[in-house]
Amino acid sequence: MKLLKRPLEAWGMFLIFALIVVIGTASFFIKWMPPLASNRISIDQMMNVLFIITGIFFVLVQGLTGYFIWKYSDQNKERSTYIPGSYALEVTWTLGTAIILAVLGIWGVKVWKKTVIQAPPPNALQVEVVAQQFSWSFLYPGPDGVFGKLNPKYISFLNPLGIDPKDSAGKQDVWTKDDLYLPVGKPVVLRIRSLDVVHSFFVPAFRVKQDAVPGMTISTWFIPEKKGKYEIACSQFCGRGHYTMRGTCFVVSNVRFQKELAHLRKEDEGE
Amino acid sequence: MTVDKQVERHHKIPGFWQHYIFSTNHKVIGIQYLITAFASALIAAGMAMLIRLEIAWPEHSWPILGTLFPGAFPGGVMRPEVYAALFTMHGTLMVFFFLSAALVGGFGNFLIPLQIGADDMAFPFLNMLSYWVYLTGLLVMLSSFFFSPGGPASAGWTSYPPLSALKTAIAGSDWGQSFWIVGMAFFIISFTMGGLNFVTTVLSMRTRGMHMMRLPLTTWALFTTAAVGILAFPALTAAVVMLFLDRHFGTSFFLPSGLYVAGKLLPNKGGSPLLWQHLFWFLGHPEVYIVMLPAMGFTSDILSTFCRKPIFGYPAMVGSILAIGSLSFIVWGHHMFVSGMNPYLGLFFDITTLIIAVPSAIKTFNWMATLWEAKIQLRTPMLFALAFVSLFVTGGLSGIFLAMAPADIQLHDTYFVISHFHFIMAGASLFGIFAATNFWFPKMFGRMMNETLGKFHFWITFITYYCTFFPMMFLGLHGEMRRLYDPVQYYTMFKSLQPINVFISINAFALGAAQLVFVFNFFWSMLRGEKASANPWNANGLEWTLSSPLPYENWEGNSPEVQRWPYDYSYPGAAKDYLPQVVPEQAAAGNY
Repeated sequence: MKLLKRPLEAWGMFLIFALIVVIGTASFFIKWMPPLASNRISIDQMMNVLFIITGIFFVLVQGLTGYFIWKYSDQNKERSTYIPGSYALEVTWTLGTAIILAVLGIWGVKVWKKTVIQAPPPNALQVEVVAQQFSWSFLYPGPDGVFGKLNPKYISFLNPLGIDPKDSAGKQDVWTKDDLYLPVGKPVVLRIRSLDVVHSFFVPAFRVKQDAVPGMTISTWFIPEKKGKYEIACSQFCGRGHYTMRGTCFVVSNVRFQKELAHLRKEDEGE
Repeated sequence: MTVDKQVERHHKIPGFWQHYIFSTNHKVIGIQYLITAFASALIAAGMAMLIRLEIAWPEHSWPILGTLFPGAFPGGVMRPEVYAALFTMHGTLMVFFFLSAALVGGFGNFLIPLQIGADDMAFPFLNMLSYWVYLTGLLVMLSSFFFSPGGPASAGWTSYPPLSALKTAIAGSDWGQSFWIVGMAFFIISFTMGGLNFVTTVLSMRTRGMHMMRLPLTTWALFTTAAVGILAFPALTAAVVMLFLDRHFGTSFFLPSGLYVAGKLLPNKGGSPLLWQHLFWFLGHPEVYIVMLPAMGFTSDILSTFCRKPIFGYPAMVGSILAIGSLSFIVWGHHMFVSGMNPYLGLFFDITTLIIAVPSAIKTFNWMATLWEAKIQLRTPMLFALAFVSLFVTGGLSGIFLAMAPADIQLHDTYFVISHFHFIMAGASLFGIFAATNFWFPKMFGRMMNETLGKFHFWITFITYYCTFFPMMFLGLHGEMRRLYDPVQYYTMFKSLQPINVFISINAFALGAAQLVFVFNFFWSMLRGEKASANPWNANGLEWTLSSPLPYENWEGNSPEVQRWPYDYSYPGAAKDYLPQVVPEQAAAGNY
């Protein structure tokens, strides 16, 4: 009969809140993110710290709410206590939250500067990434290290990127479709652009995502650190075939990378 | 005397058309808004069911759908264009035509005059116009399913150009996108009319004694929401006009030079697709709070009523509503961390977004503290309000990941985002609407909503809501993107996650089905529900001093005099555990 001091609803809510806390928290111990394959470890560290901080709040707030619902549903109690507020409590939790968020904010600024704003090392490999409905093209400069101009007016079946035939710098540029080759351990700058609509270059394993916006060339850089094959996704809805716009990134040894480029140049001359 | 008055009143009630259809009465308009909004929610929820069907069993053939919609499901398989149209219209209808319309148009209209002691809105005719313009906008949106070559708009509810500007980019950008623009324009006009009305009414028509710091938090929230809407929507108005010009009159606001689409080089020059994104999110983020704030207000009032306790920290609650309202204008860039805008801007929006978390946290702690030392009554509205707090916390904490620009690199445009906003913006507001509907139903129709059905609806909805949207966080952490017609045909990295998608879809179907219980309960209770007394919850607000159902004219000119704030529950020394706002100080110990 003691149980019935509280209505069934109180037990129901208590149970659901308990399940939210237990299952919600436990499920974040599974490693959902794909293993990191680039130098952007600071993003992973940030995620881990955020899991811990938000996790503590999650358990505390959901847990206490569930417990309060159960505890204060006691119908034997005569009346609620009249408590319109508490200056001390309110100031404490306002300041507490503000301090935690300020620390997070400063840290976020630091990591953002390091991953996005900081200039790439000067020896970085430059690759031009051109998105269009629904494929990726990757353009590598010739041995001169300089890209030829791209101009959409030269786009044709054989020249889908519109490499300017009059620009001598472009003569030895080579391009691949949907396959991106990168040498392991070498910084790479992706110069991302789009021919038609907004796309987004996303490789989950690299923690790299950057929109491709027509009319703009947007650079992002990172260092691929593990050899292997990684899927490139388009993460911005770009039309009917959005779900088909997948590329593949091959992170290979430098020797193999040079071989691939040489092979591509040969193919180019063969034409 | 009383008889005379009743006769007089009877004469003022207009005929059927003027009373129920072209009404200028705020209560009727509120109910019109609410029911229309529920209808669009049902349509949009149906779309969500089809979306989930496709994601869990991509490109599977469903013969019945092939028979019902041979154009959209040839051979029973959904076409990719249809999938895009569905998620676009699902978002548009839910965010604007359901959540905003129900919360602001529905409850805003119904509650504001009642809670401030006014007989009606400041501009009743404008109010009527606002509803009919809204309905026109909704009909324009829906008609694109039938009358638009190429089908409805398909560029997502955010409608990023060039995809939304060029009809060769996607089928829905043929006429569908123009329907969308016109529908949105109607919606914005309607919202502006409503907003002006709300702000004016709250500022100038409060009854004697109802100073601002005696307003229920519901009215505070609706007032702030209206003000935010008036200030934020013009940005979208400008944007849709420019988009319309780009689409039909050859301008290049959003179209840069060198666009090469469907085998053709376009002549446009000088535009910027990012301009749209800035304008859209300048509205789009305040819009999130336009639907959050009213639900926060309802929750505060409902928690207080069923805790039989004052809301904890009323001044801080008002302050955080105002803080959220103002800060909502300087956080829009957190939708654009990876958009290609100047990365230094990312720093600014990273900080502002974390700042807006402070007032949100204050509200959460105050709600929890309201439960503390209470004698809680777990009626249906209270259950929804408590679930609101839970959803708000889950959504808010996941929002911190997205506010942190570096973490957002990984999570942007993934299911993590879908999960986040379905908890905080969509889910919490939805639960706020359910709480409010159950709570104020007796005032609307003079009858109680059925408690058994209400609780059944609550348990199924609360459980399946978590089961549907929580697992999406894991998909997002793994990298699965939103808006994929078929997540596994091309991407091998998402194959192992597909069982999660099946689990989500099954729960989504249960969640969808449970809403039919609510619809049934709504209409059944309206006609057959138990008759309600004037104040069935023993609440303090002015609306509860009037009869149920409400008289045609609220106070018939005899507006009440307010003596206290609306949160004197379990006031020490009072005879009853509630003190309506009209009870004077000296009478508190006696009658009440």
